[in-house]
Amino acid sequence: MNDFVIEMLGIRKEFPGVVANDNITLQVKKGEIHALLGENGAGKSTLMNVLFGLYQAEKGTIKIKGEKVDISNPNIANDLGIGMVHQHFMLVEPFTVTQNIILGSEPTHIAGKIDLKKAEKEVQDLSNQYGLQVDAKAKIQDISVGMQQRVEILKMLYRGADVLILDEPTAVLTPQEINELIEIMKSLVNEDKSIILITHKLKEIMQICDRCTVIRKGTGIGTVDVNQTTVDELAALMVGRNVNFKTEKTIATPQETVLEVQDLHVNDTRKVPIVKGMNFNVRKNEIVGIAGVDGNGQTELIEAIAGLRKIESGSILLNDKRIDHLSPRKITEKGVAHIPQDRQKLGLVLNYSVSENAVLQTYYQRPFSRLKMLQKDKIDDYAKRIAEEYDVRTPSIQTEARALSGGNQQKLIIGREVDRSPDLLIAGQPTRGLDVGAIEFIHQKLVEERDAGRGVLLLSFELDEIFNVSDRILVVFDGEIVADVNPAETNEQELGLLMAGQVTEKGGTVREE
Amino acid sequence: MKSSRFINILIPLISVFIGLVAGGIIMLMYGYNPIAGFLALWNGAFGDIYFIGETLRQVTPYILTGLAVAFAFRAGLFNIGAEGQVIVGWLAAVWVGIAVDAPIYIHLPLAVLVAAVAGGLYGFIPGILKAKLGVHEVIVTIMLNYIALYSANSIIRDVLTDRADKTDKISPTASLTSEWLQAFTDFSRLHYGIIIALVMAMVMWYIMEKTTLGYEIKAVGFNPHASEYAGMKVQKNIMITMAISGAFAGLGGAMEGLGTFEYMAIQGDFSNLGFDGIAVALLGANKAIGVLFAALLFGGLKVGALNMPTEAGVPSELVDVIIAFIIFFVASSYIIRWMLTRKKKEENK
Amino acid sequence: MIDVLQAVVPPALFFSAPLIFTALGGVFSERSGVVNIGLEGLMVMGAFVSIVFNLTFADTFGSFTPWLAMIVAAIISGLFAIIHALATVSFRADHVVSGIAINFLALGLGVFLTKQWYDKGQTEAISKPFYTMNVPVLSDIPIIGPIFFQGVYITSYLAIILAVVAWYILFKTSFGLRLRAVGEHPMAADTNGINVFRMRYIAVIISGFLGGLGGSVFALTIALDFSSSTIVGQGFMSLAAVIFGKWHPLGAMGAALFFGFAQSLSVISSSIPLLQDVPQVFLLIAPYVLTILALAGFIGRAEAPSALGDAYIKGSR
Repeated sequence: MNDFVIEMLGIRKEFPGVVANDNITLQVKKGEIHALLGENGAGKSTLMNVLFGLYQAEKGTIKIKGEKVDISNPNIANDLGIGMVHQHFMLVEPFTVTQNIILGSEPTHIAGKIDLKKAEKEVQDLSNQYGLQVDAKAKIQDISVGMQQRVEILKMLYRGADVLILDEPTAVLTPQEINELIEIMKSLVNEDKSIILITHKLKEIMQICDRCTVIRKGTGIGTVDVNQTTVDELAALMVGRNVNFKTEKTIATPQETVLEVQDLHVNDTRKVPIVKGMNFNVRKNEIVGIAGVDGNGQTELIEAIAGLRKIESGSILLNDKRIDHLSPRKITEKGVAHIPQDRQKLGLVLNYSVSENAVLQTYYQRPFSRLKMLQKDKIDDYAKRIAEEYDVRTPSIQTEARALSGGNQQKLIIGREVDRSPDLLIAGQPTRGLDVGAIEFIHQKLVEERDAGRGVLLLSFELDEIFNVSDRILVVFDGEIVADVNPAETNEQELGLLMAGQVTEKGGTVREE
Repeated sequence: MKSSRFINILIPLISVFIGLVAGGIIMLMYGYNPIAGFLALWNGAFGDIYFIGETLRQVTPYILTGLAVAFAFRAGLFNIGAEGQVIVGWLAAVWVGIAVDAPIYIHLPLAVLVAAVAGGLYGFIPGILKAKLGVHEVIVTIMLNYIALYSANSIIRDVLTDRADKTDKISPTASLTSEWLQAFTDFSRLHYGIIIALVMAMVMWYIMEKTTLGYEIKAVGFNPHASEYAGMKVQKNIMITMAISGAFAGLGGAMEGLGTFEYMAIQGDFSNLGFDGIAVALLGANKAIGVLFAALLFGGLKVGALNMPTEAGVPSELVDVIIAFIIFFVASSYIIRWMLTRKKKEENK
Repeated sequence: MIDVLQAVVPPALFFSAPLIFTALGGVFSERSGVVNIGLEGLMVMGAFVSIVFNLTFADTFGSFTPWLAMIVAAIISGLFAIIHALATVSFRADHVVSGIAINFLALGLGVFLTKQWYDKGQTEAISKPFYTMNVPVLSDIPIIGPIFFQGVYITSYLAIILAVVAWYILFKTSFGLRLRAVGEHPMAADTNGINVFRMRYIAVIISGFLGGLGGSVFALTIALDFSSSTIVGQGFMSLAAVIFGKWHPLGAMGAALFFGFAQSLSVISSSIPLLQDVPQVFLLIAPYVLTILALAGFIGRAEAPSALGDAYIKGSR
């Protein structure tokens, strides 16, 4: 019976105060693509880090090809033929592809000199064998994200890995790159490699996986054959109840324009143009969703509107007045609220209390400040109200924001932003990394704000969210708006093609490069 | 919550304890009686009113350099340049003290103010380099320390004097010395500067805890990205913080130039007031009140050390070793924290 | 012109040698991700040990004494540096703070023990220092010989050779590749099976060894005794050379040579017509001013290793 290459039986892993994994069993067959499915924070990465030797489990056994093993560090995992492609690539930027691949097991001449020629040839041959199209001599900092990922895969193959763990590999890829990755994965299993695919994207599982193990809140739920299940069933397993992905809302009745973006051009951090002439508007009482693959200029667009990034040309108008050369503070004062994509990096000062975070943009205004002195009582009163109204669960408003769960941190931010009664509410990936309960709450809030007369600009990389919440969808590709569609009149298939730059709105025409 | 605050107070105390134990062990190793050694240290620091006066005299600049380092730390900046800012402030104060002729109620405040401004400007240099060009302040401030040292020496030799080793004495109208304080402390060199230092500690506390500026500075220190998102001017805050930090250190220099010495001499090496200020700030957890206590400890150690050779035959440098150990353990608070929490866990089991 | 070069080059080499050794130590440490402000203290330790050894064993070892003193000083400084590694790598202390503590500790211990053993703050002058020499054969080459190979210290050439060796180790060997990987992206190195902690300990110990070498060379060629004012700023100047040399061994060597040259000018400028009128202070502060300018990007941007100053905590992102 034992054709399992990997068996993790009854794994338990604790961190101070939390049980990250409890009694999880995962069995992977040779030559299969096995999905590991779970919500954010369910414990997928922890489990894989146990397998890879970065963490040690408190309980449970690991067997490789039927033999019990003790994986106390990544070296042992490597020796056992387990390789992991982390979500955040483990590549040394200033090194070349070859240097990264051989790192830790370098072929050497006498006197410890690395035999770089030999290594480069080996790497290039291996790349050709699996059709990975990697340039062995290129520096990591000069190559695309997709190629960096292939370097990671190559690194595992170079080390003779039989089992590859891929952690959310499609999150950073364009649709074309995803297709290439799928082809690569297929060719790998044809060569008798096994793949564990960590993901929370159900469609990917249906598309390429053989079997799927589901974990929920740290506990193993079970393993299913993918061709005997449905997306809905997987979703229910993952979340623990039947999920109603639909947010209740009425049809939008858009009013006058709040935000007008005209021929906007913005550069990215490396000074390369990334927003290339965008035109669109957002009206009162509507939610406009921006769909697109990460890296097509959405982030920079939002930063430009919020005043966090300089624009090169064009204009941004709020209520018919230009705001594109104003400071973030002035823009906030004019009536823009911004739920940032990275809430821990931008949205909160984690070392500050809930109370102090509640006035992050307004601390200098009355009644929170008089004559440049903070009025602590007023600030605390305000924070208490926000916490109550927006269901921020915290032991006290004096608790550090760091101690709050992701969902409560996000509710604090949303409460703070929405409470200013802005004309325009920008929401950048407002539900990223949250559990289903918090997601539903936030979607509801966005709709409520719409109904209260705000214009809402929603950026999300989850198509489900875009479809579910938006009244109008803008599709972004390569720094331009390539479509402006009504969610009722389109489908994911069409949107996917638009996002990939394959067709224009009118259909048919392929973009000429 | 409460237990973490308790640990935060415990860590400096444990560090000091370990430092003193290390000093005791070294004394034992070299055949001294540690009890006699520490007694000499205590007597030299607080044994009689004269020594108390001298200790407080030493504490004065320590408070100010400690505040300088602590203030910058709160904004996430590491001001190793207090050393250079002390020199600049000292030089500026003495220069004004010698060159200006004015009644005391103008001359003294002017000299103090100029020292603060000079130190502030000198702190502003790494501030602007950090804010505008992203240059790390640690290296810049180290380099500026040496530039200050050599430049001040050159100015003393070639500008303020005719190739002499030290400047003239400042005019009495610019002096912080107090006959009353001297008489009260059996003719120690204690001067009015201690009042300035205490007031400055209150100023720092007030800025940090009560004002919007303090709110911004701390926010920038914790998370510059969030601060920018929230509409704060991060670059401006960095520059202001470094300037205020430099001003504190510059005042520390003025304490020496207008109070303790009333002149400035050519220095072969640093006074270490700035480096010791780092130790003071760290031990004081970068809080104004903590800085006061830490300055008292280090001032006592430094002054008391001078009594160790005569009373117990122990070389005074032992105190530098003790201070080094204290810094190590405060900096390594992670390991102390880890041991404390592990111990607590075991008790809970 | 040749006269001028002959007057300038040997002292420049002479002053740079300690800086080169120490700066190379700094390169190893910082390339592995550990900031080393403690170079000054490591030099103090090296100077102290070499002088004590020299004074104690001059009669026993005769003309080998300075060589042995140098090696012993390097080894003890290497061991001393373990404290910095322990604090920064294992105890996650702030690297800068730990470095400052190293400086305090080295000076405190050095002077304490000097007083303990010699009953005063300054040792006697040593009887077996390094002497200048003429390099056989090479010193007979016309023009080049007198400038570069007459009246020089062999330690200067040792320093230059060591810089080349350091370059080879860091950029050509697997050890160097791993060390740099640890400084750039420790978690990547870890997942590739490299022991980050061990690499950093080794790098810091090497920096202690080289810093000790630098301090001992300074003591055995320039200072000739030990006191609290033997090493004043040479360690920090070496650190400046590391940065000015863009964390590259040969760059650091070049910077150290240049700084040594500036230092030697401030000493001998009065005898050189062109420099007589330049105030000495400009030559003294030149290395520091140039380093700031280099950091500010006015002289090419200096890129530090990415993970410099970060504690590596296993399993965190």
